[in-house]
Amino acid sequence: MSKPVLRVEDLSVAFHTRGGVVRALDRIGFSVGSGETMALVGESGSGKSVTAYAIMGLLEAAGEITGGRAWLGDTDLVAAPAGDMARIRGRRIAMIFQNPRAALNPIRAVGRQIADVLLRHGGATRSDAGARAIEALRAVGIPDPARRAKAYPFELSGGMCQRVMIAIAVAARPELLIADEPTTGLDVTTQAVVMDLIQMMAAANGMATILITHDLALAAERADSIAVMHAGHMVEAADTKTLLARPMHPYTARLIAATPTGAGSLDALQSVPGGLPDLRGTNIPNCRYSVRCDRRLDRCDQVIAMREQTPGHAVACWNPLGAVA
Amino acid sequence: MFGGKSSSAVHAVDDVSLTVAAGETVGLVGESGCGKSTLVRLITRLLDVTDGKIWFNRRVLSEIPARIFARDDDRAHIQMVFQDAGESINPRFTAAAAIADPLHRLLGLRGAVLQARVEEAALQCGLPLELLGRFPHQLSGGQRARVGIARAIGTRPRLLILDEPTAALDVSVQVTVLKLLNELKAELGLSYIFVSHDLNVVRLLCDRVVVMYLGRIVESGPAQAVFDAPLHPYTRSLIAAVPRLDGVRAGGERLSGEPRSPIDPDPNTCRFHGRCPMGTARCTTEMPPLRDFGGGRFAACHFAG
Repeated sequence: MSKPVLRVEDLSVAFHTRGGVVRALDRIGFSVGSGETMALVGESGSGKSVTAYAIMGLLEAAGEITGGRAWLGDTDLVAAPAGDMARIRGRRIAMIFQNPRAALNPIRAVGRQIADVLLRHGGATRSDAGARAIEALRAVGIPDPARRAKAYPFELSGGMCQRVMIAIAVAARPELLIADEPTTGLDVTTQAVVMDLIQMMAAANGMATILITHDLALAAERADSIAVMHAGHMVEAADTKTLLARPMHPYTARLIAATPTGAGSLDALQSVPGGLPDLRGTNIPNCRYSVRCDRRLDRCDQVIAMREQTPGHAVACWNPLGAVA
Repeated sequence: MFGGKSSSAVHAVDDVSLTVAAGETVGLVGESGCGKSTLVRLITRLLDVTDGKIWFNRRVLSEIPARIFARDDDRAHIQMVFQDAGESINPRFTAAAAIADPLHRLLGLRGAVLQARVEEAALQCGLPLELLGRFPHQLSGGQRARVGIARAIGTRPRLLILDEPTAALDVSVQVTVLKLLNELKAELGLSYIFVSHDLNVVRLLCDRVVVMYLGRIVESGPAQAVFDAPLHPYTRSLIAAVPRLDGVRAGGERLSGEPRSPIDPDPNTCRFHGRCPMGTARCTTEMPPLRDFGGGRFAACHFAG
């Protein structure tokens, strides 16, 4: 892989709550290259979205990056001042959110919203922003774009709104696109079309894409590599084929066994027993999966880190599946 | 079908016929706006039909106005599990109060009898009794789903309508809820109408599947047969659109565009025309009827089979 677009090293995030400090992310690391799609997969509460918000510099007030680096080229996003981040967001990194209707401004026509981004980040001028916004709508496959540019979000379907979000995200040709559950809540037929569009836009602009999803099947189909998260830890990362064919972390194997495949019966599926551990306070187990794990050993109490088992296949487990002895 | 205020009408559900046998699970699939929810509201008698009949056992329920059906004996026999129990349970009700509500309102139970029935329903749904005093926000997604199911089975219904019962759940708990539903069906002899757009889940749970498009049934048949070899081009596109873990995809075309307007549709034009990859001139002059393909399979397409 050439120099990655984004390289995250040991990123940690804590939230200060009334119930104590929640260690939401603990030493997360990964990198994404130009034109690549990496999926961040995990249950709700695993830290997928927190990772995205930390990279974007959009953590809520209670959240704090307590360590680590996130390199976008030569810029460390963790250390960058707020003013720099405001210029980076929208221009170098863009994000597509779940529920596009809520993410768009409800009282501004969608063409104007795209023009806003083009004026701010895309080098457009007052005279050509409107026309370029219509072009952008055409590029994301919206029929009759000149008319739709005047529409408000409530006048468009969910799929149309997501196309508008994509048009806004790619307006300034960012290096990195973060798509946070971009198809949740859309119809399956629309999901496929929206994912096609995201991938087409990413390929055309050489963007690196982080796809955040709870749907392992979606990641399987769309991502070059998958990183599995559990309770704020990254537990396994590999190229998509390897991860699905030879999962090494017991949690990954469980997730695969719980995902309906399109073949097989309900009896063949197994749930993932147990829940996420309480991430408040200091009494968090070193392996955050150990409380749910049926392969637990005594040494699982020791500090664990991601380790490469075979080239490109890293896992954070003291007792991985199928390990070479 | 609804009548609007003006002379135009949204044909939300149009000429739909289906049966659900005792102990059977029928899946109802289709995009948003296809009429699934309207059909469900008609069957649960929350809406009145414009035309047509609904039989439940030997009674014609469609003749009872919705507001009167609210106090009908059969109200307790048709119950519903809503999409997100976190949203559909009154946030100021404890789990026990939520489960007790229909038992009290529909069966008039109170006191110790009510308490016993609440606990029975909770245990049948694998909900520990010590959680009954909790409010929805104090329960996990899986526990809330169990409360929603316990509330629906408490009155010992014959027919349960499940509206995307696992859509709000992580895959890790989805499996346990699906298995619970399967067990309850066998144990209590229930019939299910399972509304979902997650075709992978529909395949797992349903005996038969009914595919709707813009208010009409375009295909129906045994679930396995429909998924293995869909007859209608819309069903093919739906199945092809579902991501699969094994990466295997049925060859199918992407559906572009959006459904046509359901307002005063041309009665002679196939509703799928315009989005259909194989539409011809005939599709605009002759509405394809639901044809029998044998083996319990039906499809409404001139070119099916």
